[in-house]
Amino acid sequence: MSSDGCGAPSGGVSASAAAGSQPVVEGRVVRQGAAVSTGYARLLGTGDEFVAEVPLGDDGGFRFFAAPGSWTLRILAPGGLRAERSVQADYGQVTTVDVSI
Amino acid sequence: MSRSDVLVDADWAEAHIGDPHVVIVEVDEDTSAYDKGHIPTAIKVDWKKDLQDPVRRDFVDKTGFEALLSERGISNDDTVLLYGGNNNWFAAYAYWYFRLYGHDKVLLLDGGRKKWELDSRELSTEVPQRPRTSYSATEQDRSLRALRDEVIDAIGKRNLVDVRSPDEFTGRLLAPAHLPQEQAQRAGHIPTARNVPWSKAANEDGTFRSDAELRQLYAGDAGLDFSKDTIAYCRIGERSAHTWFVLHELLGLPNVKNYDGSWTEYGSLVGVPIELGEAR
Repeated sequence: MSSDGCGAPSGGVSASAAAGSQPVVEGRVVRQGAAVSTGYARLLGTGDEFVAEVPLGDDGGFRFFAAPGSWTLRILAPGGLRAERSVQADYGQVTTVDVSI
Repeated sequence: MSRSDVLVDADWAEAHIGDPHVVIVEVDEDTSAYDKGHIPTAIKVDWKKDLQDPVRRDFVDKTGFEALLSERGISNDDTVLLYGGNNNWFAAYAYWYFRLYGHDKVLLLDGGRKKWELDSRELSTEVPQRPRTSYSATEQDRSLRALRDEVIDAIGKRNLVDVRSPDEFTGRLLAPAHLPQEQAQRAGHIPTARNVPWSKAANEDGTFRSDAELRQLYAGDAGLDFSKDTIAYCRIGERSAHTWFVLHELLGLPNVKNYDGSWTEYGSLVGVPIELGEAR
């Protein structure tokens, strides 16, 4: 995955990163068993403070390299579909959150 | 200049698909997004391959900009409508380029690609072919761009607006949280800068907040003195182009510059002051 500039990986993110020592929050979004490839994952802090947002990948995947702590994950998809989950990120840990909307 | 002169909504864009005088241009962070589907008739500009100098750390010069627009079939008389992903970060960055090189008939699509997608509007994979033009740019308008020495000189004198996330501002992270953190430069922010993350200027669907909300955000909550000149910066200059658009184009502040060297340059300079933690 490139980190050159702010360039996002080609085709959006795919789940299943190697975490190394970084806290990683990742997962997939599905609807009725199928990947949701058009939509957005937002990572929010305390009081809905925006942290980051990624478009869902072709496999419905998303990934964040977050600071350690508690976060809110919000999914937005066409048709007004939304979902929200609380997530915890820690050093050296991949937190996997799969979301069905 | 008012909001309606620089910002249009999706209905306006839809009504101008096929308009021979309007060129719709997608500029994305994920440069493959266009290939998966774009607004019908839109052409693509790659923020990295097309807008950056391939050797030096600088953006494309006047001759390069002229060559790019000529090759893409954009003429001086065309109205250019820019949109992109990630809440229009890179579309705003491209908008800033167009203004730097003197193209005034340029618009930004409110909400960009995200709102278009969330609204389930039509996307096309057909790549339009536009006849070549002979585009002529003006010299770079340096009143819109800050370089490093000017930024150092502005410490404590002008408004410095750091539009990165609070974790980047305070020095806990070196990059946005959706990117790996393996960079080597120092963390922190430019002394006297105020942290107004770009995201506070946008609604959840990527559209800009109202002028009243934006004035409250910058002049009220962040305490910016609107009578002073302002420099905005982020990590590589694209998020701060979003804030430059808000301050200069939407709110009409006269002297606002984007520091496109931003933190990747400033945080690697030898001997310059850096602050950690909250704004002082």
